[in-house]
Amino acid sequence: MRPITYLRATDTATAVAAVSTDPTSDFLAGGTTEVDLLRQDVLNPRRLVDINDLPLAGIEGTPEGGLRIGALARMSEVAAAPVVRERFPLIAQALELGASAQLRNMASMGGNLLQRVRCSYFRDAESPCNKRDPGTGCSAIEGFSRGHAVLGTSEHCIATHPSDVAVALVALDARVHTLGPNGERTHAIDDFFLLPGDSPHREHPLEHGELITAIEVPAAPVARHSLYLKVRDRESYEFALVSVAAALSVMDGTIAEVRVALGGVATKPWRARRAEDFLVGATVRRDDFAMAARVELADARPTPMNAFKVELAQRAIIRALDMLSDGTGTGPAPRPGIGSPS
Amino acid sequence: MSTPGPALTQPGTARAERGPGPVRVRLSVNGTEHTLDIEPRVSLLDALRERLDLTGAKRGCDQGTCGACTVWVDGRRVLACLTLAMSCEGHEITTVEGLSQDGEPHPMQQAFVEQDAFQCGYCTPGQIMSAVALIAEGHAGDDAEIKEWMSGNICRCAAYPHIRAAIRAVRDQT
Repeated sequence: MRPITYLRATDTATAVAAVSTDPTSDFLAGGTTEVDLLRQDVLNPRRLVDINDLPLAGIEGTPEGGLRIGALARMSEVAAAPVVRERFPLIAQALELGASAQLRNMASMGGNLLQRVRCSYFRDAESPCNKRDPGTGCSAIEGFSRGHAVLGTSEHCIATHPSDVAVALVALDARVHTLGPNGERTHAIDDFFLLPGDSPHREHPLEHGELITAIEVPAAPVARHSLYLKVRDRESYEFALVSVAAALSVMDGTIAEVRVALGGVATKPWRARRAEDFLVGATVRRDDFAMAARVELADARPTPMNAFKVELAQRAIIRALDMLSDGTGTGPAPRPGIGSPS
Repeated sequence: MSTPGPALTQPGTARAERGPGPVRVRLSVNGTEHTLDIEPRVSLLDALRERLDLTGAKRGCDQGTCGACTVWVDGRRVLACLTLAMSCEGHEITTVEGLSQDGEPHPMQQAFVEQDAFQCGYCTPGQIMSAVALIAEGHAGDDAEIKEWMSGNICRCAAYPHIRAAIRAVRDQT
């Protein structure tokens, strides 16, 4: 691991100024991506600016029924918050199905959105990779691509976005609040994640030194009846092959409102708008769920190794909607125990 | 990690950049204050093991996937390999060496012995630190919940059934 210097920031403006004026500085929050990739020579900042003391860790329900999540709130804290479990079960489930208990205690919500891809060619610090070393090519397209994306890919990158909770947040039209060298900005979350196109090294619209301060989730009564379904090679502590964040509201046998987003299959957290458009006004029938899923995956461009994901994603969508419509899905998530070891 | 220590709460003071050479760092580990000179890149795991001779936390993967380095920071279980030691200034660190009281093993340590919950023992300190935290968190309700909330601690000897038995035994004592 290369030598680094360390600066602990005590206020947000100072932290932003320190990083934005130095291209070789990175923010340090939970460290679960930054320290890992620094040690593997994938990231190479000269200086880390520790932001863990900044007052950005609050989790609040808004009077309108939404949420405001501070960027430094830990995954475990957000998952355990009663207001999150009651209003947005899919957020709590997505968080608790991600990583491990230890990592969830460390990883911040802002850092979760900015976590880097799990593509082994990106992470080995050697292979050609347009994301790590622009212009060198994509090793995954002709390489080992079983876990890679089938939607939103380009000839330059097929890495899957790894976050679970971002999938739930995309389904909920969250907004990402930032503070940068040019002041405060708000990004619609669907615009916050960029498709790789011909610049896969550019994953989000943030300027260098622009810091996520909060994630805002607008009120969505439909989300009280929601779930996060995650399909993976092992039952726990594993990234998704396919995941579905879904919420469903039915009136008189007809779908009144529906949210569907996919993880594990796309280069960004994937809002399944085609499926949603098909489903609104449709009947609550498995045939309609299947058609919606087929419409969403129609443009999938798999490799020989990940072609199974096209079918798996459709089946996962159908199952998620089945679970929500027959009541085996979820209402508010139960409250977890709280406390700390002593 | 979310609770600033008392020395770090003055608003508006940008503390000085430190490093890349060795800098003086104060760490509170198992209730004892330590002062050591380390480079900012040193992980909490290496500071504990190589500088403070607290070798309970183990270096398994050194990349956040195995859980052998699990310790508590401010009472919460975290991975020492992905934590920079310097970021722990002002926070309380607890390692497996800090569990025993009055020379007696912690009940979870005793249960691991009684339930034969390890073979090679390399993952055991991390398992125990996770297991005590698990019960305090209220996540040891049944075996399915124990499995899910202990999944960040890998045991390549696959002593999992006995680890769960030890956790059940302590859960049912308390």
